[in-house]
Amino acid sequence: MWTWFHRLASPPSFYRLAERLAPWLGLGAVVLLAFGWFYGLVYAPADYQQKDAFRIIYVHVPAAAVSLSLYSAMAIAGVIVVIWRIKLAECVVVSIAPVGASMTAIALVTGMLWGKPMWGAYWVWDARLTSELVLLFLYLGVIGLHEAFDDARAAARACSLLAIVGSINVPIVKFSVEWWNSLHQGSTIFKMGKASISPDMALPLYAALAGTFLFCAYAVLRRIQNELLWRERGTSWAKEHLSAVTVH
Amino acid sequence: MSGVWAVFAREMRLAGRSKTEWMMPPFFFVIVITLFGLGAEANDPRLADFAPAMLWVAALLSTLLTLERLFRGDLEDGTLEQVCLSRTPLVLATAVKLLAHWVLSGLPLVALSAPLALGLGMRSDAIGVLVLSLALGSPCISLVGGFVAALTVGLPRGGLLLPVLVLPLITPVVVFGAGAVRSVQDGLDPQAPLYFLSAILALCVTLVPWAATAAIRNAFD
Amino acid sequence: MPLLQVESLSVTRGDRTLIADLSLRVCAGELLHLRGANGAGKTSLLELLAGLRQPSRGRVAVEPEDLTVHWVGHRNGLNPHLSAAENLEFWCGLNGCPRSAARRALTAMRLPAGAQRRPTRTLSAGQKRRAALARLHADTRDLWLLDEPLDGLDRDGIALFSGMLAAHLGAGGMVVMTSHQALPEGLAGVREWELAR
Repeated sequence: MWTWFHRLASPPSFYRLAERLAPWLGLGAVVLLAFGWFYGLVYAPADYQQKDAFRIIYVHVPAAAVSLSLYSAMAIAGVIVVIWRIKLAECVVVSIAPVGASMTAIALVTGMLWGKPMWGAYWVWDARLTSELVLLFLYLGVIGLHEAFDDARAAARACSLLAIVGSINVPIVKFSVEWWNSLHQGSTIFKMGKASISPDMALPLYAALAGTFLFCAYAVLRRIQNELLWRERGTSWAKEHLSAVTVH
Repeated sequence: MSGVWAVFAREMRLAGRSKTEWMMPPFFFVIVITLFGLGAEANDPRLADFAPAMLWVAALLSTLLTLERLFRGDLEDGTLEQVCLSRTPLVLATAVKLLAHWVLSGLPLVALSAPLALGLGMRSDAIGVLVLSLALGSPCISLVGGFVAALTVGLPRGGLLLPVLVLPLITPVVVFGAGAVRSVQDGLDPQAPLYFLSAILALCVTLVPWAATAAIRNAFD
Repeated sequence: MPLLQVESLSVTRGDRTLIADLSLRVCAGELLHLRGANGAGKTSLLELLAGLRQPSRGRVAVEPEDLTVHWVGHRNGLNPHLSAAENLEFWCGLNGCPRSAARRALTAMRLPAGAQRRPTRTLSAGQKRRAALARLHADTRDLWLLDEPLDGLDRDGIALFSGMLAAHLGAGGMVVMTSHQALPEGLAGVREWELAR
């Protein structure tokens, strides 16, 4: 078990694994997103209350869900960095931050666009919007901290610590703002009991959700590969790989 | 245990040597609140409604002023490496240093907030809760701020990064702190937000020194 | 018998390799004089031995496990606003030595009483170095890790310091130090170690 894990965590073997895995993730993302968005934006019936404006959920909900999941993933990788000092985990932390920040930004912008017709204002001080904004700040903080360091390993460790402290913070922020004020409509998919969404609307939403997850996995994996290659550029496996690429 | 006292006594002695540095946060606090008052209409009764948020944000910003220097001087003159390699556990020394920071920069703000709140026209029951909320919340600012100061201590542009990293982390403290005072002003019971504030303080006290210690060690590596 | 052993140690910083596959050992009564050009990794190696830094590969082993270490880096560890005495007393407090040890150590380093009481920012470089080295007097420890300890010391200071080294080595202590200057003559147990780039 442990030898297997060690082999996987070694940069060259992970790089090769990612090389094999990434195209499938990318393909899956394209297929699912194409299906989800086409179905959702064209075929799904309009909402009886929100009319066509609700269709933005096919972008908004997946982006918001992914933004939080990515932060948790970053914090978990951060714990691994702090405790075991595994290089691969360092690359994971550093690679997730920009992807997560973009997803958070997308969730925020689409949320605001949705808010205008629904609530009559682009921005309302509601729990989920506000905590999503704080999440964006936390992501940007990790990116800024990473940029400020010269040494890649020290940078990754500092980012890991910040991500861990931030991850404890996220639920508290969420809860504090919720306590403070809430205007946001209740969660539609994960509500207990019967789903309050028609299957024609739900199917493309699930597809878009899965597609976005796969896309982020693809983007993060590719970033990890770049980061590994850059860090290990002095070693023989990276040189071999790079020379192979230039020959082609 | 002599190490704990040594760290605390040294911080107090250093504060005595550079009094102006520690006078700045309270001074800044008073100035900001005064300017808020002057920026609004004279004797505007609405000022009292905004007072909790103003006082809380001003207290937060004044505390940030002294955070950047918290570990930097010690790193530059080599004291930090002596502390790291001493027989006093680094986590203990760090915790005491953060405690000293709160005593020097947080406590004066707690004391000053009452007269300032009076000047902004707040009711006396709300002022009591304000002081209590600041007493519970300002140690959190010192602790979380100290963690970020440790994280950025070796960085050339750490001073710029510090507030950007601290402010989002400290959001819940401000929400519950100012929220407790607002509750009283709206005639509600402030107990719930005060309990939350205490819970956050307990969490900070137990976790942040460890995180700050790891950050300091990372600054050497 | 105290022992310091370094096994196939590597240190990298960014994409630079500071130390590659280094093995060495220091026994009781031995002084290892690290030499090498600027940037050869002498300070990094000392920081690593002190435990301030983690190796990328390899390990540092000590015997006994609770070996006590003195660290005097190229930074003196003196706060400029506090006097030499206050700085040393703080250090003694941290390390659980009696406060009186601080004054005694400074006096042993022949730092005049007036200079002990002034803020260290007003002291000369050599006086500050003496104050930093006074730690070696304040507490007895097995291993001394010293980064350019002779920096700024005058002839009297160097003589004083070499006396301290001789006494420490004679008592079975160990020293690992860097110095661009030649070591004082007549020290027993000195081993030179050239760090190649």
